[in-house]
Amino acid sequence: MTEPATLADGRTPQRRYRTTGVGRPAWSALVVAVAVVVATPVLAVVLQGIGSLGGTAPPRDLGKMILTTLALMLGVGAGSLVVGGGLAWLVTAYRFPLRNILVWLLVLPLAVPAYVLGFVFLSVFDVAGPVQSLLRGVFGTDVWVPEVRSLPAAILVLSLSLYPYVYLLARSALIEQSSGTYDAARTLGSSRARALRRVVLPLARPSLAAGLALVMMETLTDFATVQYFNVQTVSVGVYLVWKGTFDFHAATQLAVLVLLFAVAVLVGERALRGRARYHQQGGRRQGFQPEQLSGAAAWGATALCVAALSAGFLIPVAQLLLWAVGQALSDASVLADPRFVEYLGNSLLVALLTAVSCVAIALAVGHAIRLGGGRLVAFAAQLTTFGYAVPGAVVGIGVLLSFSAADTTLENLGIPGGTGLIVTGSVAGILYAYVIRFLAPAYQSVGASLEKISPTVTSSALSLGATPRRILRRIHLPLARPGVAVALMLVVIDAIKELPIVLLLRPFGFTTASVWVYELARENFWEKAALPALVIVLVAIIPVVVLVRQTHRNEARGTTTRKVRP
Amino acid sequence: MTAQMETIPVPTASEDTPPALALDGVTKHYGSSRGVDALNLSVPAGELVTLIGPSGCGKSTTLRLVAGLERPDAGRISVAGSVVAGSGVFVNPELRRVGLVFQDHALFPHLTVGQNVQFGLDRLSRTDRRRRAGELLDLVQLAHLADRYPHELSGGEQQRVALARALAPRPAVVLLDEPFSGLDESLRAQVRRDTVATLRETGTTGVLVTHDQTEALSVGSRVVVMHDGVIEQADVPEKVFERPATRFVASFMGDADFLPARVHRALLTCEIGIVSTVPGWADSDVEVDVVLRPHEVALQADPTASARVSAVEYHGAFVLHHVQLASGRTLRSWQPHTVRFPVGTAVTVTVTAGTSPTLLIGDRAVTTPPVGARRADTPQDR
Repeated sequence: MTEPATLADGRTPQRRYRTTGVGRPAWSALVVAVAVVVATPVLAVVLQGIGSLGGTAPPRDLGKMILTTLALMLGVGAGSLVVGGGLAWLVTAYRFPLRNILVWLLVLPLAVPAYVLGFVFLSVFDVAGPVQSLLRGVFGTDVWVPEVRSLPAAILVLSLSLYPYVYLLARSALIEQSSGTYDAARTLGSSRARALRRVVLPLARPSLAAGLALVMMETLTDFATVQYFNVQTVSVGVYLVWKGTFDFHAATQLAVLVLLFAVAVLVGERALRGRARYHQQGGRRQGFQPEQLSGAAAWGATALCVAALSAGFLIPVAQLLLWAVGQALSDASVLADPRFVEYLGNSLLVALLTAVSCVAIALAVGHAIRLGGGRLVAFAAQLTTFGYAVPGAVVGIGVLLSFSAADTTLENLGIPGGTGLIVTGSVAGILYAYVIRFLAPAYQSVGASLEKISPTVTSSALSLGATPRRILRRIHLPLARPGVAVALMLVVIDAIKELPIVLLLRPFGFTTASVWVYELARENFWEKAALPALVIVLVAIIPVVVLVRQTHRNEARGTTTRKVRP
Repeated sequence: MTAQMETIPVPTASEDTPPALALDGVTKHYGSSRGVDALNLSVPAGELVTLIGPSGCGKSTTLRLVAGLERPDAGRISVAGSVVAGSGVFVNPELRRVGLVFQDHALFPHLTVGQNVQFGLDRLSRTDRRRRAGELLDLVQLAHLADRYPHELSGGEQQRVALARALAPRPAVVLLDEPFSGLDESLRAQVRRDTVATLRETGTTGVLVTHDQTEALSVGSRVVVMHDGVIEQADVPEKVFERPATRFVASFMGDADFLPARVHRALLTCEIGIVSTVPGWADSDVEVDVVLRPHEVALQADPTASARVSAVEYHGAFVLHHVQLASGRTLRSWQPHTVRFPVGTAVTVTVTAGTSPTLLIGDRAVTTPPVGARRADTPQDR
């Protein structure tokens, strides 16, 4: 699973570099080339989609698919808004037992990918699970229970897994944007309640909209978790059509539909945010202080937070641990299962290759922009990061289309078999798609580090006779090292967690840890899936902890958290 | 605008060595706003020129153009006789032999002082590099700090390292972009003196950008005043201060008040009476503006006078008096700290003896009577 990079105010990452020169043709050309390479798959989907309009009959159930997608996205959006927004409000406006710890712990569900949370949920609530067994034991075998493999269950699981996005953005909005304005409202004679209702909440709206958009994008990009629940979204449609028939036309048409949904989300976010730019300057003021809750209300608040945390993190992780330990005790060989080692190795290899590529590209683009080059280069640099907003199914089909076009071209040039990428099904496609998806977070970290280097440092180095390449090696790279390290870590972890793209693009016989978890879970081999799932969760906790520590530091320092990246 | 340039004595210019830096009609526009327009400037080897003007006047753009950080729209820039921009040529900054010293010093924070100074010497062998860096650090008296990192140095020390680093590769010209304005007031004068001494000692050609008029006048052997993207005047400091070429230069380089005046038969008169004689204007009868600097304006208490002291500012050694004349115009006058006329005092205003003030027609200074301003009954002697 991938998380789009976003700024705290919900805007896409936009780096405006202060340039230090007139641009260098070679470096500028590199940025443009990267932009073209990144944009090609999406363009291919759009062009192919337009080209094949009416060419093939629309798949059966198209209408139902669209409605399901809509229902899922709205449901998950509403669910995350209620859970994430509600919890953010609770921990910001009130004091209650354990609040200070819960504030940070509530982010942890981000570390449990939906495809892991989903199968743990199923194991507990499905026909063979403890809950239904218990109900049958008490009420007899024909007791009615709601269908577990259903849309509402999928909405519940995705909401629990994705609510931290809304929670994080809403909380930072409540903390950072309200203090000065809240003070002003109070001095103008508003009561606490009125100031909160009329000033603080409206000011948080853009952040809520941004969090909502993130959640919906994630929902749209998923086509693995929802399949546990027999939910057929358009993204699932793309996957099934491609894997079932290898029919480019049909898959592309559906991918265009997915893209339209993504555009709708972005447009919707803009509309929700309104024209307002609620960006506030100024030092830390008193702001509104959390109100002390007492008695039942206090413990009720604690219980709500603990419930969300348990459902999204504690229970699934405990269950995974139980299974994994049980497995290991009954058969120690699972720990040294060669498949486990191989798949984890595959995950690591792909993740490392992706991370190194993304960081190298991000560095080159940042460096090129620093050297100047005008609007074209700035625009191209913007273009390189837009992949974060493109759903996995679209990127996947786009990569396939691009490779097949390259093959055709090469064959026409007289090279039989072309690149052979489609035929042999190499890992290159996965890498390509990952780079498109993960360039934005890499660029955000590396760019932030580069931006801290004064342009005069670059100018000085140039005037001392250093070539751009030497400046990159001796000045920019060493000084951007913190950003490079963060970018490498984030991309490696994102790539290990990622599932939909690798499902769609993996060559025959190539399996990663995330695919293995998914396949075992689909076959209901839950105990076996526990160990690799646990490894993924543990890996994914790292950036969450880093994020929490960073936010904590920033809040202590009273500075703004700009980066929201799990 | 740069007409005075050819007449300026330059320290080490000789006929056969090309100027260290030459700008020839250099123009750079940013969208609709003007950057710099048709700049002409020639800096002979070894000269230290100061470039001054209000913010946005184009002085930083000029520096960036010379350094190769911007590409001129038109005109030509030469460094040590070879064209680096213009005429279809554009030499990248790293090949220009132009050194840069910035206000923020821009030291490389991850390199030691020694490594910073050696950075520009990578074409030398290791021993040569060490020796040259050592020379430079000796020159700025920081040899003992070679192993420190920049953040361990004081602001003044950082500035000296930046200078040593810029000088190490023996650039044809060093550009200093407000190098002292980031320093504490107490430190600034000393660092400035040291820097200028180092530049002179090494015979370095330098262009120092500043917005501080005292700095401009005291440091440079020549002062280039820029305004709105053009050079208003380029001359030795005394000339720039005493004979400003334009109304802008007069008011920017020191305080100045302007009064409408008239030159009639070589006699300059204005509201305060006869100011001076103007030799060579015997045949003229022309309306001008006279530039009066506060240190040239004398006051004397006189109950019958129509001018009144309107404000008094105590500046320590001197007291600045604002005087309102009968017409409503104001003049300023520096008085020694022992003299302080209360507000409202009636004073006669005169110009101190020996002053021959600058005359303006329009916004430009004039030294000879304009053609056509002669009296009709005088025969033209052309």
